Amino acid sequence: MKRAVITVVGKDCVGIIAKTCTYLADNNINILDISQTILQEFFNMVMIVDLKSCEKDFLVIAEELEKLGETMGLVIRIQREDIFDMMHRI
Amino acid sequence: MINRAEIIETNNMIQDAKLDVRTITMGISLLDCIDSDLDRCCERIYEKITRLAGNLVATGEKIEKEFQIPIVNKRISVTPIALVGGACCKTPGDFVKIAKTLDRAAHTVGVNFLGGYSALVSKGMTQADKNLILSIPEALSTTSLLCSSINVGSTKTGIDMDAVEMLGHIIKETAEATKEDSCLGCAKLVIFCNAPDDNPFMAGAFHGVTEADAIINVGVSGPGVVKKALEQVRGESFEVLCETIKKTAFKITRVGQLVAKEASKMLDIPFGIVDLSLAPTPAIGDSVADILKEIGLEHPGAPGTTAALALLNDQVKKGGVMASSYVGGLSGAFIPVSEDQGMIDAVNAGALTLEKLEAMTCVCSVGLDMIAVPGDTKASTLSGIIADEMAIGMINAKTTAVRLIPVIGKGVGDTVEFGGLLGYAPIMPVNSFDCSAFVSRAGRIPAPIHSFKN
Repeated sequence: MKRAVITVVGKDCVGIIAKTCTYLADNNINILDISQTILQEFFNMVMIVDLKSCEKDFLVIAEELEKLGETMGLVIRIQREDIFDMMHRI
Repeated sequence: MINRAEIIETNNMIQDAKLDVRTITMGISLLDCIDSDLDRCCERIYEKITRLAGNLVATGEKIEKEFQIPIVNKRISVTPIALVGGACCKTPGDFVKIAKTLDRAAHTVGVNFLGGYSALVSKGMTQADKNLILSIPEALSTTSLLCSSINVGSTKTGIDMDAVEMLGHIIKETAEATKEDSCLGCAKLVIFCNAPDDNPFMAGAFHGVTEADAIINVGVSGPGVVKKALEQVRGESFEVLCETIKKTAFKITRVGQLVAKEASKMLDIPFGIVDLSLAPTPAIGDSVADILKEIGLEHPGAPGTTAALALLNDQVKKGGVMASSYVGGLSGAFIPVSEDQGMIDAVNAGALTLEKLEAMTCVCSVGLDMIAVPGDTKASTLSGIIADEMAIGMINAKTTAVRLIPVIGKGVGDTVEFGGLLGYAPIMPVNSFDCSAFVSRAGRIPAPIHSFKN
Protein backbone atom coordinates (compact mmCIF):
# COMPACT_ATOMS: atom_id res chain seq x y z
CA MET A 1 0.00 0.00 0.00
CA LYS A 2 1.41 3.37 -1.05
CA ARG A 3 -1.17 5.94 -0.15
CA ALA A 4 -1.45 9.56 -1.13
CA VAL A 5 -3.91 12.40 -0.73
CA ILE A 6 -5.20 14.32 -3.75
CA THR A 7 -6.84 17.69 -3.22
CA VAL A 8 -8.72 19.47 -5.99
CA VAL A 9 -9.70 23.10 -5.43
CA GLY A 10 -11.09 25.71 -7.80
CA LYS A 11 -14.13 27.08 -9.60
CA ASP A 12 -16.75 24.43 -10.32
CA CYS A 13 -17.29 23.20 -13.87
CA VAL A 14 -18.63 20.12 -15.67
CA GLY A 15 -16.52 16.96 -15.61
CA ILE A 16 -13.99 17.60 -12.85
CA ILE A 17 -14.53 14.28 -11.11
CA ALA A 18 -14.84 12.40 -14.42
CA LYS A 19 -11.57 13.75 -15.81
CA THR A 20 -9.65 13.31 -12.57
CA CYS A 21 -10.92 9.76 -12.05
CA THR A 22 -10.24 8.80 -15.69
CA TYR A 23 -6.65 9.94 -15.28
CA LEU A 24 -6.31 7.91 -12.07
CA ALA A 25 -7.86 4.80 -13.67
CA ASP A 26 -5.58 5.10 -16.71
CA ASN A 27 -2.60 5.05 -14.37
CA ASN A 28 -3.79 2.17 -12.18
CA ILE A 29 -4.33 4.40 -9.17
CA ASN A 30 -7.06 3.05 -6.92
CA ILE A 31 -9.41 5.46 -5.14
CA LEU A 32 -10.00 4.50 -1.49
CA ASP A 33 -12.04 7.48 -0.33
CA ILE A 34 -13.63 10.55 -1.87
CA SER A 35 -15.27 13.53 -0.23
CA GLN A 36 -16.43 16.54 -2.18
CA THR A 37 -18.34 19.76 -1.47
CA ILE A 38 -19.13 23.05 -3.14
CA LEU A 39 -18.30 26.05 -0.95
CA GLN A 40 -19.46 29.41 -2.38
CA GLU A 41 -19.22 28.11 -5.97
CA PHE A 42 -15.81 26.67 -5.20
CA PHE A 43 -15.28 23.02 -5.89
CA ASN A 44 -13.38 21.28 -3.11
CA MET A 45 -12.52 17.58 -3.29
CA VAL A 46 -10.27 15.40 -1.16
CA MET A 47 -9.36 11.88 -2.28
CA ILE A 48 -7.29 9.19 -0.65
CA VAL A 49 -5.69 6.94 -3.25
CA ASP A 50 -3.42 3.93 -3.45
CA LEU A 51 -0.52 4.01 -5.91
CA LYS A 52 0.89 0.54 -5.36
CA SER A 53 -0.04 -0.65 -8.89
CA CYS A 54 0.94 2.61 -10.55
CA GLU A 55 4.11 2.30 -12.60
CA LYS A 56 4.88 5.99 -13.05
CA ASP A 57 7.14 7.91 -10.71
CA PHE A 58 5.35 9.88 -8.00
CA LEU A 59 6.75 13.19 -9.24
CA VAL A 60 5.54 12.47 -12.80
CA ILE A 61 2.04 11.80 -11.49
CA ALA A 62 2.21 15.04 -9.48
CA GLU A 63 3.22 17.02 -12.56
CA GLU A 64 0.58 15.44 -14.81
CA LEU A 65 -2.17 16.03 -12.25
CA GLU A 66 -1.10 19.64 -11.92
CA LYS A 67 -1.32 20.07 -15.71
CA LEU A 68 -4.70 18.32 -15.81
CA GLY A 69 -5.88 20.79 -13.17
CA GLU A 70 -4.65 23.72 -15.22
CA THR A 71 -6.74 22.63 -18.22
CA MET A 72 -9.85 22.97 -16.02
CA GLY A 73 -8.67 26.08 -14.16
CA LEU A 74 -8.17 24.11 -10.95
CA VAL A 75 -5.36 23.36 -8.54
CA ILE A 76 -4.76 19.61 -8.17
CA ARG A 77 -2.13 18.51 -5.70
CA ILE A 78 -1.00 15.06 -4.68
CA GLN A 79 0.87 14.53 -1.42
CA ARG A 80 2.14 11.38 0.23
CA GLU A 81 -0.20 10.50 3.07
CA ASP A 82 2.66 10.26 5.60
CA ILE A 83 2.68 14.01 6.25
CA PHE A 84 -0.93 13.91 7.50
CA ASP A 85 -0.39 10.73 9.49
CA MET A 86 2.68 12.16 11.17
CA MET A 87 0.93 15.38 12.10
CA HIS A 88 -2.39 14.00 13.32
CA ARG A 89 -1.63 10.49 14.65
CA ILE A 90 0.67 9.57 17.52
CA MET B 1 -7.79 6.65 7.82
CA ILE B 2 -6.94 10.30 7.86
CA ASN B 3 -10.01 12.54 7.61
CA ARG B 4 -10.91 15.53 5.50
CA ALA B 5 -10.67 18.10 8.32
CA GLU B 6 -7.15 16.96 9.17
CA ILE B 7 -6.06 17.15 5.55
CA ILE B 8 -7.44 20.67 5.22
CA GLU B 9 -5.85 21.76 8.51
CA THR B 10 -2.39 20.61 7.40
CA ASN B 11 -2.70 22.21 3.98
CA ASN B 12 -3.96 25.48 5.48
CA MET B 13 -0.90 25.53 7.73
CA ILE B 14 1.34 25.21 4.68
CA GLN B 15 -0.54 27.52 2.33
CA ASP B 16 -1.91 30.24 4.63
CA ALA B 17 0.25 30.16 7.76
CA LYS B 18 3.59 29.65 5.96
CA LEU B 19 4.51 26.38 7.64
CA ASP B 20 7.82 25.30 6.20
CA VAL B 21 10.88 23.27 6.93
CA ARG B 22 13.48 25.98 7.33
CA THR B 23 16.50 23.87 6.56
CA ILE B 24 17.92 20.46 5.89
CA THR B 25 21.52 20.72 7.02
CA MET B 26 24.05 18.01 6.30
CA GLY B 27 26.80 17.89 8.90
CA ILE B 28 30.08 16.64 7.47
CA SER B 29 33.20 15.78 9.46
CA LEU B 30 36.37 17.06 7.81
CA LEU B 31 38.71 15.56 10.39
CA ASP B 32 39.88 12.97 7.85
CA CYS B 33 40.86 15.78 5.45
CA ILE B 34 43.59 17.08 7.74
CA ASP B 35 46.97 17.24 5.99
CA SER B 36 50.24 19.04 6.58
CA ASP B 37 50.10 20.26 2.96
CA LEU B 38 47.58 23.07 2.41
CA ASP B 39 46.77 22.25 -1.22
CA ARG B 40 46.18 18.58 -0.45
CA CYS B 41 43.98 19.54 2.53
CA CYS B 42 41.86 21.80 0.28
CA GLU B 43 41.56 19.05 -2.37
CA ARG B 44 40.35 16.55 0.22
CA ILE B 45 37.84 19.01 1.67
CA TYR B 46 36.41 19.79 -1.77
CA GLU B 47 36.24 16.11 -2.70
CA LYS B 48 34.51 15.04 0.51
CA ILE B 49 31.89 17.79 0.53
CA THR B 50 30.98 17.38 -3.14
CA ARG B 51 30.85 13.59 -2.79
CA LEU B 52 28.61 13.48 0.31
CA ALA B 53 26.41 16.48 -0.42
CA GLY B 54 26.16 16.10 -4.19
CA ASN B 55 22.53 14.95 -3.96
CA LEU B 56 21.48 17.09 -1.01
CA VAL B 57 19.69 19.80 -2.96
CA ALA B 58 17.96 17.38 -5.36
CA THR B 59 16.82 15.25 -2.41
CA GLY B 60 15.43 18.30 -0.64
CA GLU B 61 13.52 19.29 -3.75
CA LYS B 62 12.11 15.78 -4.17
CA ILE B 63 10.82 15.74 -0.59
CA GLU B 64 9.34 19.19 -1.13
CA LYS B 65 7.32 17.94 -4.08
CA GLU B 66 6.23 14.63 -2.55
CA PHE B 67 4.81 16.25 0.56
CA GLN B 68 4.09 19.68 -0.94
CA ILE B 69 5.89 21.36 1.95
CA PRO B 70 8.46 24.09 1.23
CA ILE B 71 12.02 23.32 2.36
CA VAL B 72 13.49 26.80 2.31
CA ASN B 73 17.19 26.03 2.68
CA LYS B 74 19.59 23.21 2.03
CA ARG B 75 22.83 23.73 3.90
CA ILE B 76 26.06 22.13 4.98
CA SER B 77 27.92 22.37 8.27
CA VAL B 78 31.50 21.18 8.67
CA THR B 79 34.01 20.50 11.43
CA PRO B 80 35.36 23.77 12.90
CA ILE B 81 38.00 24.78 10.37
CA ALA B 82 40.51 25.89 13.02
CA LEU B 83 40.86 22.17 13.86
CA VAL B 84 40.99 21.02 10.23
CA GLY B 85 43.46 23.66 9.08
CA GLY B 86 45.66 23.72 12.15
CA ALA B 87 48.26 21.39 10.64
CA CYS B 88 48.70 23.25 7.35
CA CYS B 89 47.71 26.87 7.94
CA LYS B 90 50.55 28.95 9.27
CA THR B 91 49.05 32.37 8.52
CA PRO B 92 45.57 33.91 8.35
CA GLY B 93 46.01 33.94 4.56
CA ASP B 94 46.34 30.14 4.54
CA PHE B 95 42.95 29.88 6.25
CA VAL B 96 41.43 32.15 3.60
CA LYS B 97 42.46 29.56 1.02
CA ILE B 98 40.39 26.94 2.87
CA ALA B 99 37.52 29.47 3.11
CA LYS B 100 37.54 29.84 -0.68
CA THR B 101 37.65 26.06 -1.13
CA LEU B 102 34.59 25.68 1.11
CA ASP B 103 32.76 28.40 -0.80
CA ARG B 104 33.58 26.73 -4.12
CA ALA B 105 32.31 23.36 -2.82
CA ALA B 106 29.10 25.03 -1.59
CA HIS B 107 28.54 26.58 -5.02
CA THR B 108 29.21 23.26 -6.77
CA VAL B 109 26.59 21.34 -4.76
CA GLY B 110 24.15 24.27 -4.88
CA VAL B 111 23.48 24.77 -1.16
CA ASN B 112 22.33 28.09 0.30
CA PHE B 113 25.01 28.34 2.99
CA LEU B 114 27.95 26.43 4.41
CA GLY B 115 28.79 26.89 8.09
CA GLY B 116 31.77 25.84 10.15
CA TYR B 117 34.41 28.47 9.49
CA SER B 118 34.72 28.26 13.22
CA ALA B 119 36.96 28.01 16.24
CA LEU B 120 36.13 26.66 19.70
CA VAL B 121 38.08 28.84 22.11
CA SER B 122 36.02 28.81 25.29
CA LYS B 123 39.12 28.38 27.46
CA GLY B 124 41.97 29.54 25.29
CA MET B 125 43.21 30.01 21.73
CA THR B 126 45.79 27.96 19.85
CA GLN B 127 47.85 29.72 17.18
CA ALA B 128 45.55 28.13 14.58
CA ASP B 129 42.47 29.52 16.38
CA LYS B 130 44.03 32.99 16.39
CA ASN B 131 44.92 32.79 12.72
CA LEU B 132 41.42 31.68 11.80
CA ILE B 133 39.85 34.51 13.80
CA LEU B 134 42.24 37.03 12.20
CA SER B 135 41.30 35.71 8.74
CA ILE B 136 37.53 36.21 9.24
CA PRO B 137 37.25 39.71 7.68
CA GLU B 138 39.00 38.59 4.49
CA ALA B 139 37.32 35.16 4.45
CA LEU B 140 33.82 36.60 4.74
CA SER B 141 34.43 39.42 2.28
CA THR B 142 35.86 37.17 -0.45
CA THR B 143 33.28 34.37 -0.24
CA SER B 144 29.50 34.44 -0.58
CA LEU B 145 28.08 31.28 1.03
CA LEU B 146 30.46 30.81 3.94
CA CYS B 147 29.35 31.37 7.55
CA SER B 148 31.59 31.72 10.58
CA SER B 149 31.08 31.19 14.30
CA ILE B 150 33.35 31.37 17.32
CA ASN B 151 32.52 29.76 20.65
CA VAL B 152 34.16 31.97 23.29
CA GLY B 153 32.65 30.63 26.49
CA SER B 154 30.85 27.80 28.24
CA THR B 155 29.34 27.00 31.61
CA LYS B 156 32.12 24.49 32.26
CA THR B 157 35.07 26.65 31.20
CA GLY B 158 34.13 30.29 31.73
CA ILE B 159 34.66 33.01 29.11
CA ASP B 160 37.83 33.59 27.09
CA MET B 161 38.01 37.37 27.36
CA ASP B 162 41.08 37.56 25.10
CA ALA B 163 38.92 36.16 22.29
CA VAL B 164 36.03 38.47 23.23
CA GLU B 165 38.33 41.49 23.03
CA MET B 166 39.75 40.34 19.71
CA LEU B 167 36.32 39.73 18.22
CA GLY B 168 35.18 43.29 18.90
CA HIS B 169 37.88 44.38 16.44
CA ILE B 170 37.16 41.51 14.04
CA ILE B 171 33.47 42.47 13.81
CA LYS B 172 34.45 46.06 12.97
CA GLU B 173 37.01 44.93 10.39
CA THR B 174 34.48 42.56 8.82
CA ALA B 175 31.96 45.41 8.60
CA GLU B 176 34.61 47.63 6.98
CA ALA B 177 35.61 44.87 4.52
CA THR B 178 32.00 44.40 3.40
CA LYS B 179 30.78 47.99 3.66
CA GLU B 180 29.90 48.14 -0.05
CA ASP B 181 27.49 45.30 0.63
CA SER B 182 25.59 46.67 3.70
CA CYS B 183 28.29 45.22 5.99
CA LEU B 184 26.78 41.82 5.21
CA GLY B 185 29.88 39.96 6.40
CA CYS B 186 28.82 40.60 10.01
CA ALA B 187 25.49 38.85 9.37
CA LYS B 188 27.52 35.70 8.69
CA LEU B 189 29.51 35.83 11.93
CA VAL B 190 28.14 34.60 15.26
CA ILE B 191 29.84 34.65 18.66
CA PHE B 192 28.59 31.87 20.95
CA CYS B 193 28.58 30.73 24.55
CA ASN B 194 27.70 27.03 24.98
CA ALA B 195 27.42 26.49 21.20
CA PRO B 196 25.58 23.26 20.33
CA ASP B 197 27.40 20.70 18.14
CA ASP B 198 24.37 19.90 16.01
CA ASN B 199 22.73 23.23 15.22
CA PRO B 200 21.30 23.26 11.67
CA PHE B 201 20.63 27.03 11.61
CA MET B 202 22.96 29.62 10.11
CA ALA B 203 25.11 31.49 10.61
CA GLY B 204 26.09 29.45 13.68
CA ALA B 205 26.02 25.90 12.31
CA PHE B 206 29.12 23.73 12.58
CA HIS B 207 29.62 19.97 12.76
CA GLY B 208 30.86 19.25 16.27
CA VAL B 209 33.83 17.00 16.91
CA THR B 210 31.64 14.63 18.92
CA GLU B 211 29.43 13.94 15.88
CA ALA B 212 29.50 11.03 13.41
CA ASP B 213 31.15 11.27 9.98
CA ALA B 214 28.02 12.71 8.36
CA ILE B 215 24.51 13.42 9.68
CA ILE B 216 21.26 15.04 8.63
CA ASN B 217 19.84 17.72 10.92
CA VAL B 218 16.57 19.48 10.22
CA GLY B 219 15.32 22.84 11.45
CA VAL B 220 11.58 23.41 11.42
CA SER B 221 9.83 26.73 11.61
CA GLY B 222 6.28 27.99 11.72
CA PRO B 223 5.68 31.10 13.83
CA GLY B 224 2.73 31.86 11.53
CA VAL B 225 1.08 28.57 12.47
CA VAL B 226 1.37 29.32 16.20
CA LYS B 227 0.01 32.85 15.64
CA LYS B 228 -3.02 31.52 13.70
CA ALA B 229 -3.74 28.92 16.40
CA LEU B 230 -3.55 31.56 19.13
CA GLU B 231 -6.03 33.78 17.27
CA GLN B 232 -8.64 31.14 18.11
CA VAL B 233 -8.05 31.39 21.88
CA ARG B 234 -7.94 35.17 22.43
CA GLY B 235 -8.77 36.11 26.02
CA GLU B 236 -8.59 32.54 27.29
CA SER B 237 -6.59 31.50 30.39
CA PHE B 238 -2.86 30.71 30.49
CA GLU B 239 -3.72 27.02 30.61
CA VAL B 240 -5.55 27.19 27.29
CA LEU B 241 -2.84 29.42 25.81
CA CYS B 242 -0.07 26.99 26.77
CA GLU B 243 -1.97 23.92 25.61
CA THR B 244 -2.57 25.54 22.22
CA ILE B 245 1.12 26.39 21.75
CA LYS B 246 2.14 22.88 22.78
CA LYS B 247 -0.26 21.16 20.39
CA THR B 248 0.81 23.37 17.52
CA ALA B 249 4.52 22.87 18.26
CA PHE B 250 3.90 19.12 18.27
CA LYS B 251 2.36 19.22 14.80
CA ILE B 252 5.10 21.44 13.37
CA THR B 253 7.85 19.26 14.78
CA ARG B 254 6.26 16.08 13.41
CA VAL B 255 6.70 17.46 9.92
CA GLY B 256 10.37 18.13 10.68
CA GLN B 257 10.79 14.58 11.95
CA LEU B 258 9.19 13.17 8.80
CA VAL B 259 11.38 15.27 6.51
CA ALA B 260 14.52 14.41 8.48
CA LYS B 261 13.81 10.67 8.30
CA GLU B 262 13.02 10.81 4.59
CA ALA B 263 16.14 12.81 3.77
CA SER B 264 18.23 10.48 5.89
CA LYS B 265 16.82 7.44 4.06
CA MET B 266 17.21 8.91 0.58
CA LEU B 267 20.77 10.12 1.17
CA ASP B 268 21.77 7.08 3.22
CA ILE B 269 23.17 9.31 5.93
CA PRO B 270 22.08 8.91 9.58
CA PHE B 271 19.44 11.21 11.05
CA GLY B 272 20.89 13.49 13.72
CA ILE B 273 18.34 15.81 15.29
CA VAL B 274 15.33 18.00 14.69
CA ASP B 275 15.79 21.57 15.86
CA LEU B 276 12.33 22.72 16.87
CA SER B 277 12.79 26.44 16.57
CA LEU B 278 10.31 29.15 15.76
CA ALA B 279 12.40 30.95 13.16
CA PRO B 280 10.85 34.08 11.68
CA THR B 281 11.40 35.56 8.21
CA PRO B 282 10.73 39.10 7.01
CA ALA B 283 7.55 37.86 5.26
CA ILE B 284 4.31 39.18 6.73
CA GLY B 285 2.72 36.54 8.98
CA ASP B 286 5.98 34.71 9.66
CA SER B 287 6.88 36.55 12.84
CA VAL B 288 7.69 35.61 16.45
CA ALA B 289 6.90 39.20 17.46
CA ASP B 290 3.35 38.72 16.15
CA ILE B 291 2.95 35.74 18.50
CA LEU B 292 4.00 37.92 21.45
CA LYS B 293 1.45 40.50 20.35
CA GLU B 294 -1.22 37.82 20.06
CA ILE B 295 -0.37 36.68 23.61
CA GLY B 296 -1.29 40.19 24.73
CA LEU B 297 1.50 42.73 24.24
CA GLU B 298 1.12 45.95 22.27
CA HIS B 299 4.68 45.51 21.01
CA PRO B 300 7.57 43.23 21.98
CA GLY B 301 9.52 45.22 24.54
CA ALA B 302 6.46 46.20 26.59
CA PRO B 303 6.51 45.09 30.25
CA GLY B 304 5.56 41.41 30.31
CA THR B 305 7.61 40.60 27.20
CA THR B 306 10.20 38.48 29.01
CA ALA B 307 7.48 36.46 30.75
CA ALA B 308 5.52 35.98 27.52
CA LEU B 309 8.65 34.86 25.68
CA ALA B 310 9.64 32.49 28.50
CA LEU B 311 6.21 30.91 28.33
CA LEU B 312 6.31 30.62 24.54
CA ASN B 313 9.79 29.13 24.48
CA ASP B 314 8.98 26.55 27.13
CA GLN B 315 5.72 25.43 25.55
CA VAL B 316 7.37 25.09 22.13
CA LYS B 317 9.93 22.74 23.69
CA LYS B 318 7.31 20.78 25.66
CA GLY B 319 5.17 20.24 22.58
CA GLY B 320 8.07 19.54 20.26
CA VAL B 321 10.07 17.13 22.37
CA MET B 322 7.47 14.38 22.13
CA ALA B 323 7.13 14.82 18.38
CA SER B 324 10.67 13.83 17.52
CA SER B 325 12.91 10.96 18.55
CA TYR B 326 15.94 13.26 18.78
CA VAL B 327 15.69 16.95 19.51
CA GLY B 328 18.77 19.15 19.53
CA GLY B 329 20.35 22.28 18.16
CA LEU B 330 19.04 25.55 19.46
CA SER B 331 15.37 24.56 19.83
CA GLY B 332 13.28 27.50 20.98
CA ALA B 333 12.07 30.87 19.76
CA PHE B 334 14.43 33.04 17.73
CA ILE B 335 14.23 36.78 18.21
CA PRO B 336 16.33 38.31 15.43
CA VAL B 337 15.50 41.92 14.72
CA SER B 338 16.09 42.32 10.99
CA GLU B 339 14.47 38.99 10.06
CA ASP B 340 11.17 39.72 11.80
CA GLN B 341 8.84 42.49 10.64
CA GLY B 342 7.14 42.66 14.06
CA MET B 343 10.48 43.21 15.81
CA ILE B 344 11.44 45.93 13.32
CA ASP B 345 8.08 47.65 13.97
CA ALA B 346 8.70 47.42 17.74
CA VAL B 347 12.12 49.08 17.37
CA ASN B 348 10.68 51.81 15.14
CA ALA B 349 7.86 52.42 17.63
CA GLY B 350 10.44 52.90 20.40
CA ALA B 351 9.14 49.88 22.33
CA LEU B 352 12.19 47.66 21.99
CA THR B 353 15.73 48.51 23.06
CA LEU B 354 19.00 46.61 23.07
CA GLU B 355 18.77 46.30 26.87
CA LYS B 356 15.30 44.73 26.70
CA LEU B 357 16.49 42.37 23.98
CA GLU B 358 19.31 41.32 26.29
CA ALA B 359 16.78 40.52 29.03
CA MET B 360 14.71 38.52 26.52
CA THR B 361 17.73 36.42 25.60
CA CYS B 362 17.82 35.10 29.18
CA VAL B 363 14.70 33.06 28.51
CA CYS B 364 14.82 32.12 24.84
CA SER B 365 17.15 30.39 22.45
CA VAL B 366 20.09 32.21 20.92
CA GLY B 367 20.63 35.86 21.75
CA LEU B 368 21.27 39.32 20.35
CA ASP B 369 20.62 38.39 16.77
CA MET B 370 20.81 40.45 13.59
CA ILE B 371 20.95 43.78 15.34
CA ALA B 372 22.29 46.76 13.40
CA VAL B 373 24.21 49.29 15.48
CA PRO B 374 25.88 52.58 14.51
CA GLY B 375 29.02 52.20 12.38
CA ASP B 376 31.07 54.29 14.78
CA THR B 377 30.41 51.94 17.74
CA LYS B 378 33.80 51.28 19.38
CA ALA B 379 35.34 47.79 19.18
CA SER B 380 35.55 47.74 22.99
CA THR B 381 31.81 48.47 23.23
CA LEU B 382 31.07 45.53 20.90
CA SER B 383 33.30 43.35 23.10
CA GLY B 384 31.42 44.57 26.18
CA ILE B 385 28.07 43.64 24.63
CA ILE B 386 29.47 40.21 23.67
CA ALA B 387 30.82 39.69 27.21
CA ASP B 388 27.42 40.53 28.75
CA GLU B 389 25.62 38.09 26.48
CA MET B 390 28.20 35.35 27.05
CA ALA B 391 27.83 35.82 30.82
CA ILE B 392 24.08 35.22 30.55
CA GLY B 393 24.75 31.95 28.75
CA MET B 394 27.53 30.87 31.09
CA ILE B 395 25.65 31.48 34.33
CA ASN B 396 22.32 30.10 33.11
CA ALA B 397 23.81 27.04 31.37
CA LYS B 398 22.20 27.87 28.05
CA THR B 399 23.29 28.78 24.55
CA THR B 400 23.61 32.48 23.88
CA ALA B 401 24.93 34.22 20.81
CA VAL B 402 25.71 37.63 19.42
CA ARG B 403 25.34 38.70 15.80
CA LEU B 404 25.79 42.46 15.63
CA ILE B 405 26.24 44.52 12.49
CA PRO B 406 27.98 47.87 12.96
CA VAL B 407 26.83 49.57 9.77
CA ILE B 408 29.67 51.72 8.46
CA GLY B 409 28.57 55.25 7.63
CA LYS B 410 25.17 54.95 9.29
CA GLY B 411 23.77 56.05 12.62
CA VAL B 412 20.65 55.83 14.78
CA GLY B 413 17.55 56.61 12.70
CA ASP B 414 18.98 55.10 9.51
CA THR B 415 17.99 51.74 8.06
CA VAL B 416 20.11 49.05 6.48
CA GLU B 417 18.86 46.61 3.84
CA PHE B 418 20.33 43.09 3.73
CA GLY B 419 17.84 41.47 1.38
CA GLY B 420 16.35 37.98 1.24
CA LEU B 421 15.85 36.04 4.45
CA LEU B 422 18.11 38.50 6.31
CA GLY B 423 15.63 41.36 5.85
CA TYR B 424 16.32 44.97 6.83
CA ALA B 425 17.01 46.66 10.14
CA PRO B 426 16.74 50.03 11.81
CA ILE B 427 20.04 51.07 13.41
CA MET B 428 19.59 50.75 17.19
CA PRO B 429 21.22 53.04 19.75
CA VAL B 430 24.00 51.56 21.89
CA ASN B 431 24.95 52.65 25.40
CA SER B 432 28.10 54.63 24.67
CA PHE B 433 29.67 54.71 28.14
CA ASP B 434 33.17 53.25 28.04
CA CYS B 435 34.11 49.67 29.02
CA SER B 436 37.54 49.48 27.38
CA ALA B 437 39.42 49.11 30.68
CA PHE B 438 37.25 46.08 31.46
CA VAL B 439 37.47 44.22 28.15
CA SER B 440 41.19 44.85 27.70
CA ARG B 441 42.12 42.98 30.89
CA ALA B 442 43.96 39.89 29.67
CA GLY B 443 42.89 36.31 30.38
CA ARG B 444 39.54 34.74 31.07
CA ILE B 445 36.53 34.89 33.35
CA PRO B 446 36.60 31.70 35.49
CA ALA B 447 33.90 29.04 35.22
CA PRO B 448 30.96 29.69 37.51
CA ILE B 449 30.07 27.73 40.64
CA HIS B 450 27.30 25.19 40.09
CA SER B 451 25.77 25.37 43.53
CA PHE B 452 24.15 28.23 45.47
CA LYS B 453 21.75 28.88 42.61
CA ASN B 454 20.16 32.18 43.47
